[in-house]
Amino acid sequence: MAPPTSPRADVAAEPARSGADDAAGLGRARAAAFVAPALVLVAVFLVFPALWTLYLGTTDYRLTGVAASEPRFVGTANYRDVLGDGDFHRSLWLTAQFVIGSAVLGQTLLGFAVAWVMRDRPGPVRRLVEGLVLLAWILPSSVIAFLWIALLDRDGGTLNALLGTPGTAWLLDHPMGCVIVFNVWHGTAFSMMLYGAALGNVPPSHLETAALAGASTLQTLRDVVYPRVRGHVLTSLLLVGLWTFNDFTPFLITAGGPDGRSEIMSVYVYRTALGDGRLGAGAAVSLIMILINLAIALVYLRALRARRAAPAGAS
Amino acid sequence: MAAITVRGLTKVYPGGVRALDALGLDVADGEFFALLGPSGCGKTTLLRTIAGLEAASGGTVAFDGGEVTRLPPGRRGVGMVFQDYALFPHMTVLDNIAYPLRVRRRPRADRHARAADAARLLGLAGLEARRPGELSGGQQQRVALARALVAEPRVFLLDEPLSNLDARLRLEARTRLKRLQRDLAITTVFVTHDQAEALALADRIAVMEAGRIRQLGTPEEVFRRPANVFAASFIGSTPMNLLAGTVRDGRVAVAGAELPVPDEARGRLGEGEEIVCGVRPEYLDYASEATEGAFPGIVSVVEHLGGSALVTLDGAGGAVHVVVGEGREPEPGAAGWAVPRPGRVLVYRDGELVTGGEEEETRMDTTGGRR
Repeated sequence: MAPPTSPRADVAAEPARSGADDAAGLGRARAAAFVAPALVLVAVFLVFPALWTLYLGTTDYRLTGVAASEPRFVGTANYRDVLGDGDFHRSLWLTAQFVIGSAVLGQTLLGFAVAWVMRDRPGPVRRLVEGLVLLAWILPSSVIAFLWIALLDRDGGTLNALLGTPGTAWLLDHPMGCVIVFNVWHGTAFSMMLYGAALGNVPPSHLETAALAGASTLQTLRDVVYPRVRGHVLTSLLLVGLWTFNDFTPFLITAGGPDGRSEIMSVYVYRTALGDGRLGAGAAVSLIMILINLAIALVYLRALRARRAAPAGAS
Repeated sequence: MAAITVRGLTKVYPGGVRALDALGLDVADGEFFALLGPSGCGKTTLLRTIAGLEAASGGTVAFDGGEVTRLPPGRRGVGMVFQDYALFPHMTVLDNIAYPLRVRRRPRADRHARAADAARLLGLAGLEARRPGELSGGQQQRVALARALVAEPRVFLLDEPLSNLDARLRLEARTRLKRLQRDLAITTVFVTHDQAEALALADRIAVMEAGRIRQLGTPEEVFRRPANVFAASFIGSTPMNLLAGTVRDGRVAVAGAELPVPDEARGRLGEGEEIVCGVRPEYLDYASEATEGAFPGIVSVVEHLGGSALVTLDGAGGAVHVVVGEGREPEPGAAGWAVPRPGRVLVYRDGELVTGGEEEETRMDTTGGRR
């Protein structure tokens, strides 16, 4: 393969022939002993649960009853049931709304907008806005869930008092809307900070060159800013997308209801596995969720690679 | 092309820093104009205010008599080159040059044709498909020049256009820039902290300090007759000798020598006044024998400058620098005399040149600089 690039590589190659198969010269056994604790942790907490989930997904294991003590192997029956379940389809569709509405459109766009508007504001204004946005992010989920229930409550809710619409049951009439707005409010801070840092990477002279050419804000964003922050956009979309996809906080506000109208994927898993006690079916859905997560990550990696290949020579 | 008129221009930054102080300036149509000064003197702020990138706190900027003070930069017809060139790394050379036309939504064929013309004008033919990261510093600078010129601006602004080039390339780029400006006859203002660059390129120079213009003139005027001690010490590769002295018996006693009062200062100096006598090392001749009206001293340092040498004489009033021609360098430790050439000695009182040259005084007044 590649020729040795440093004298150190030559030295390392020498003892390899005399038995020890590593640069440090420890030998296989001692090297393995050093790595073992980490491997054990990974095995116990990652590999085993994953395999266990895989196994559970093929049984009719339940939380209670006969099947709890003697689970039977049912093959792909759980998967067939889940994929044919109308509740699962609805949950998938609601999750898509949730991710696209609150992660892609909401948090990413709003986070960028806040960062863009705040980039040349005087210090105090900027710090105040950033502080408030951050506060929404760092507060514990249970606390903000309580705050939002108080805000949206039908009787004596703050929003009804502000809008003068007493008696409007926001959480019953628009459960998905509430959950999406809530998640945007809750999670925008991450995108804002990410884009704030990214915008700092756009040289002022580039923005000024666009201004001198007479570019509009949209033209400036398209020609000067976007090419510079593209990597950040991808990172933000991936992370926020995955977090949102797996987010369970909406359960604290609507509990998936009313009538399953805000039952996103994580809530569906929770209801199936723990609510209905069908652990086997829950495990099957969990595996499907993992596969969807992997698919999102793959799309991201593909996009990132395309980005690296495109601007050749541009560092 | 346009003449630039600046009147009473003031820029106060938040926090109270006064970068420009009621500054006035006229740049003629087609002129190559330099703003020269140390860092923090306001020269870049002035340039950016002309471009519209900074909003003036007071005063006006006009191109050809039409006020542009409130116009956004994109509607002023200004082309500007930044110190870091500000090339877009994701665009090819041709797309970079064509960018101002693209913003104006010119048809693709038209803007590419004009960008190719601009590239050819600046010797970039054959590089159109490359990206800025694949170009040398000099080529990048020329791409930036081409992009600033492609939309045929009325005013061409350059912010330290040569400072990012290495020394050898800088001379080449300087010559090219001067030729380009002369061929296009476009009104050009450039900012530099390098006095040699300003002297070499500009038709006229404004020497700035603390938000004001301290001297305005052609390179010859600014070099030969600095209007004040600040300009005198700032201009010149070898700094001017500035020697403290007094007026005695109608003559100037300075650094162990007695010089006649220069013609222009005659009748303007009182007996016993404290003055500063300025004379450039280039305008002093070295003599190895005692000479009337020369600064005496002991040769302490001899620095070779190539075709000449800079000799430092330690004398009564401090060190005096003399430029000595090739092959006539004295030995350190020898006694020497520095003989001023006639008419080259300047007398400064309170930091300002003592002179009867009224035309220069009035020019300073109309442009709003300190008298």
